[in-house]
Amino acid sequence: MPHRKEAGPVGLVKKKFYTFCEPPHEMALEGGGRLGPVTIAYETYGRLNRDKSNAILILHALSGDSHAAGKYSAEEPKPGWWDNTIGPGKAFNTDRFFVICSNVIGGCQGSTGPSSVSPMTGKPYALSFPIITVGDMVEAQRHLVDHLGIDRLFAVAGGSMGGMQALQWAVSHPDRVLASIPIATTAKHSPQQIAFNQVGRAAIMADPNFNDGDYYGKTVPKDGLALARMVGHITYLSDDSMHEKFGRRLRGKKTLGYSFNLDFEVESYLRYKGDAFVSRFDANSYLYITKAIDYFDLSLPSGALVKAVEKVKSKFLVISFKSDWLYPPYQSKEIVKALMVNGVDITYCEIDSRYGHDAFLMDEGEMHKIVKNFLENVAARNGIAAPGAGG
Amino acid sequence: MPGSRIDYSVILDLVPQGTKVLDLGCGDGSLLAELVRTKGVTGRGIEISEEGVGACIAKGLTVLQGDIDEGLRDYPDRSFDYVILNQTIQAVKKPDMVLSEMLRVGKKGVVGIPNFAFWRMRLYLMFNGRMPKTEFLPYEWYNTPNIHFCSLLDFDEYCGKNAIAVERRIYLSTDRGGRVLKGARPNLFAESAVFLLSRRG
Repeated sequence: MPHRKEAGPVGLVKKKFYTFCEPPHEMALEGGGRLGPVTIAYETYGRLNRDKSNAILILHALSGDSHAAGKYSAEEPKPGWWDNTIGPGKAFNTDRFFVICSNVIGGCQGSTGPSSVSPMTGKPYALSFPIITVGDMVEAQRHLVDHLGIDRLFAVAGGSMGGMQALQWAVSHPDRVLASIPIATTAKHSPQQIAFNQVGRAAIMADPNFNDGDYYGKTVPKDGLALARMVGHITYLSDDSMHEKFGRRLRGKKTLGYSFNLDFEVESYLRYKGDAFVSRFDANSYLYITKAIDYFDLSLPSGALVKAVEKVKSKFLVISFKSDWLYPPYQSKEIVKALMVNGVDITYCEIDSRYGHDAFLMDEGEMHKIVKNFLENVAARNGIAAPGAGG
Repeated sequence: MPGSRIDYSVILDLVPQGTKVLDLGCGDGSLLAELVRTKGVTGRGIEISEEGVGACIAKGLTVLQGDIDEGLRDYPDRSFDYVILNQTIQAVKKPDMVLSEMLRVGKKGVVGIPNFAFWRMRLYLMFNGRMPKTEFLPYEWYNTPNIHFCSLLDFDEYCGKNAIAVERRIYLSTDRGGRVLKGARPNLFAESAVFLLSRRG
């Protein structure tokens, strides 16, 4: 039953770890590489019900991590990246559902990635880390879901790269996902999307400190990574939202400086975002994850998306944002069309937000309402029990 | 149509139990939700407005946000038993294309239209010399979403000329809380009508 109380925070949370594919096992990757052992960092919010049918797997975007909601300590300045969406009474209602979020493999926030120590050499993998795909990320999550004893996820959901994983889950594991919510995403990366990612990678690789990825324990390629993040940030905003957020306002001065120092708010914002990113993200992870996104093409191997999704059994809620020019609504409509032709129970909503691609992360009331209503109805129709008093 | 929605109860009677139904321009999903609830249909909706789509989702309906003027080309032939277009045709840009698409995608079509030749409309125009306004059609000429009015005769004639079989015609009045009209001269006395259509041949 929907709770009537006010939406609130999930409170203090803890990062957990699960390691699998220990020797002699290895995870065979889509690109031909092998990886093992594999560790996944994850967090959970809310409680699993008795028949373990109320689990929602949240899937993060390029720069996200397992810390989707709550705080690690009362002192932590900001809560997890989707805290406005996950919590008691929120869109992903933790009074009702058991919410899981894990860091993707290839990442740098606790899951095995290029900054992890290779068991072969005792040193960080760096560029000896195998190429990974969105399919591999999902396969690693499948190990985690098995470990948690969950046969079928109630829902998978995510925006951007998280949306790709939500699609991949429904295709790879049709019997293990009841509902899928891909938001602001695509079934395959467009040349424009690949181009922006390539600019980011080129910036990292052109940094004099990049050293073929072997920079751990030395000076990191922070200028390159910051530049990559700056380009990324521009693509996440809309013309409208940049007008609103910055206009042509000057930063810390009243008149134009007529120099190459920072004049405009937007310049210092990008500089700040770039620098802040460097302190929490690994440049090699940026390379591997952007490459994984670029390789993403759900229509493979046949090339026909309609055929690729023919085994899908999940219900779908697809959401796009009108002002998102990085993952424009037409890409969501292609997903809708392919699923619809296959008779999938699919709902599509194009939200009239002005915030560009970033809209999925913002306090977007309409999206929250739609997701909440959708989940409550699917749960009610499928008899998904709330976690009882005894758990 | 305000009040008891006589058109809803007529359409609910027309659509058989357990069929597959597509509602074009389903609005807030009231009709579709009733069809799902009382007739156990597998219901799908298409709605252009974000508010409508949000309301449908809140009712647990499956709905796609989209513009029916852009066609139904993604829908396979005869993929629905019934396609409904209720009180929507006057607001679409290309009614002929929408009608032909609905009868390709659906085995049968249910079309509810307001009758522009309803006697009150005629009198309004005759005595006021102005574009008719009613409780149901309250807009001014410059802001009305209703851009393609026709009379019941016009609609019938269109069907005849375009290989569309009219299987049922149900004439409606909003008098006395809404009722089905049985008498003569429906083009004069019916405020609206519901047509059950199929593709001829």
